Amino acid sequence: MSALATLLRRDLGLLLPGGRGGAGVLPLLFFLAVAMLYPFAVGPDAQLLARTGGGVIWVAALLAAILPLEKLVSGDLEAGVFDQLALRGVSEEWAMLSRLVAHWLAFAPLLLVATLPAAALLGLSGETTRIVLLGLLSGTPGLAAVGLAVAALTASLKGGAALAGLMVIPLAVPILIFGAGTLARPDASGLLLTAAISLGLCALAPLAAGAAIKAARES
Amino acid sequence: MQARLAASDLACRRGERLLFRALSFEVESGSAVHIAGANGIGKSSLIRILAGLLRPFAGTVENDGTMGLVDERLALDQNLPLGKALAFYEKLDGCLDPGRAFDLLHLGPLMDVPVRYLSTGQKKRATLARLLNRNCPIWLLDEPLNGLDAQAVAIVETLVAQHCGSGGIAVVASHQEMALPDVRTIDLAEYAA
Repeated sequence: MSALATLLRRDLGLLLPGGRGGAGVLPLLFFLAVAMLYPFAVGPDAQLLARTGGGVIWVAALLAAILPLEKLVSGDLEAGVFDQLALRGVSEEWAMLSRLVAHWLAFAPLLLVATLPAAALLGLSGETTRIVLLGLLSGTPGLAAVGLAVAALTASLKGGAALAGLMVIPLAVPILIFGAGTLARPDASGLLLTAAISLGLCALAPLAAGAAIKAARES
Repeated sequence: MQARLAASDLACRRGERLLFRALSFEVESGSAVHIAGANGIGKSSLIRILAGLLRPFAGTVENDGTMGLVDERLALDQNLPLGKALAFYEKLDGCLDPGRAFDLLHLGPLMDVPVRYLSTGQKKRATLARLLNRNCPIWLLDEPLNGLDAQAVAIVETLVAQHCGSGGIAVVASHQEMALPDVRTIDLAEYAA
């Protein structure tokens, strides 16, 4: 348990904005940039913006979640960190669980905060903003899980980062459908489904990512 | 320290090539093994098989006692000062007195230097300090002398001798000669497929 805490502290030091190896505030700026550009592209029709803005925020969040994937696993894999951890009895799965928590903490809370100015830029109502926030809260753990698994799978490949981006998109579609779907049917069912998908993905991702790291050793 | 490391009937395949086969040996407490052979013959692969990081194509490895590995990969955060980068492993290993290893390997003045500015030899010494602080009976060393100057080579040879003297095991894969007491040499060329 204390090993896991030590691991999590290191992962947070790496990934949190201002940390040593993460994407920093880049996903946040990307997210805000999309919210800012969208009204320029579709014109200042307040009704149209209010109706479609929630979906735009979801798409922006999904794409922003791809940005940190490049350095999420590959650096440590190359440096042999997972080998040293394995010799110390820390399995790849535990290492990936810690990385998943740190990855989510590094991008999701900031994204939720940035949703407020983004909602203002798109002219969303208070109620819609609330639904988007709750949806993102239940959906981003799933996005982080998909991202981690894909980052681990592509970590040992040349040009893996670009491939990771492409692989995340189809896998994240269920989260997008149910998460953004809460906007069309504003009751709890969509939120619960999104949260359920997230939970399932969070349970599977460390196992898949751990297996990917082990497989990378054999290549 | 009581420890044992035994390999029986090991074979290693990388890609389509069988590197070595029918390799069996046993190391008891207090002895060292030098794995010798030309580049590409499978020394590093053998070390990784012994460490449990690579599945052998055939055969088994048994070990009593925890293992520590020094290989060409640093596994330290490049942007952190050396002291902090090593502190992560000291916490994992439950090492309370890391200072002695730093003194032995003359790392004291480098503690505040970011890892990415260290030279090859300094990095190697850092990984050896991490091994010392791990305080484990079985040492797996893959080319431990790479990049070290004559003085550091002598230090490493003394450290390995002391480790074996106190009942530890050392398996050293190296193309260089290393002065080790009571050492058995395994020439991988004899097991080449």
